[in-house]
Amino acid sequence: MATLKAVKKRIRTVISTKRITKAMEMVAAAKLRRAQQKVEQTRPYSRVMEQMLGHLAAASTDDTVVHPFFEVREIKKKTLVVVASDRGLCGSYNANILRQATQWLEENSGFETEVVTVGKRVNDFFKHHQWSIVSNYINWDGKLDYDKAKEMVRFLTWRFLKKETDEITLLYTRFISTSRHQITETCYLPITKPKEKEETGYNIDYIFEPSAEAVYDAILPDYAASKMVTALAESFASEHSNRMLAMNNATTNAEEMVHSLTLEYNKARQAQITKELLEVVSGAEALKS
Amino acid sequence: MFHLSIVTPEKIFYDDEVKSLVVPGSEGYLGILSKHAPLITALKPGKLEFKDSHDKHVIFAVSGGFLEVSNNQANLLVEAVEPAEEIDLERAQKAYDKALKKLREEGDKLSEVELAAEKTALEKAANRIKVYQDTH
Repeated sequence: MATLKAVKKRIRTVISTKRITKAMEMVAAAKLRRAQQKVEQTRPYSRVMEQMLGHLAAASTDDTVVHPFFEVREIKKKTLVVVASDRGLCGSYNANILRQATQWLEENSGFETEVVTVGKRVNDFFKHHQWSIVSNYINWDGKLDYDKAKEMVRFLTWRFLKKETDEITLLYTRFISTSRHQITETCYLPITKPKEKEETGYNIDYIFEPSAEAVYDAILPDYAASKMVTALAESFASEHSNRMLAMNNATTNAEEMVHSLTLEYNKARQAQITKELLEVVSGAEALKS
Repeated sequence: MFHLSIVTPEKIFYDDEVKSLVVPGSEGYLGILSKHAPLITALKPGKLEFKDSHDKHVIFAVSGGFLEVSNNQANLLVEAVEPAEEIDLERAQKAYDKALKKLREEGDKLSEVELAAEKTALEKAANRIKVYQDTH
């Protein structure tokens, strides 16, 4: 049986750990609120943009519109963009996405592959496993930085247009609700041309200023950027909610541990009292006889 | 009257009925009134004006974006929009000088992507200065 002092010390340790995890949970909850707001703010923009692109495709029915972003080439080289976090202590968030990324790389081992990483954790992981990282974007601090996102988009589109890569896949965690996240894999470039038939059925005769091609030229880079921003915003929200849940679990576990340790402590204390009583009584007995 | 929504990547900036709208189209300014024919156009940095349902005339500086008009509904997608009275002239001037300096001094060293980015920055700053001067 552990000594009284040792048990007491352990209880104190667990309590102070609990305090830390509780604080981290609260910090994550506050950050989550902000990140969630960001997700909700970015959604209308990408929705309207997608709608506009759909109308554009529906109205310019001739297949003559060719834009470099639509170009499907014979694939020699593929790029994977993995979005995860800078810091750990967020449950299985990073592990899940890394597992998916590794699987993707194995599936595509027939092609030449390269990785673009977002977040220190993935960067360290891929460095360790010696995959070729062409670019990394770290130190986001769990916040969406538009300039950084734009820089990323510029780099990726440039690489695609220069034919350094033939297909870019984006791997991120979609935020559905605080307790539900989904790892999502989407084709980033080339952009799949929106379906020409609109389900609403109205086929409006649009005027294009100055021409459909020019509008495509202007809208596609922005569409690519908005897609990236959305993916980043969703990932950061997922990260914070994962961390919040992980820290919540840790706090609950600490509470349970304090409970069972207190029980152990009380048992040990009682045992000691009983022992002392026995000693006194038997001492008195010895004196009597 | 028709419905106008101005959406930026950060938020829905405006979502209400308006009487008229003037936007900086890529080929020049164009005015939109109620029951305009369906239209999709790219915008360049410039001055955005509209008259809201109370006949109040409002002016904004916008960076490039897109406009779609259909079914008496105008959707305006812009990267950044700023009410004319809130433009910080000093900041705009600083941004302008910075971009200009970079283009002058390192213009030939920059990659094509960076060059394009600096040029857009310059254009945007110039536009904000212009809108400020027009309205003050």
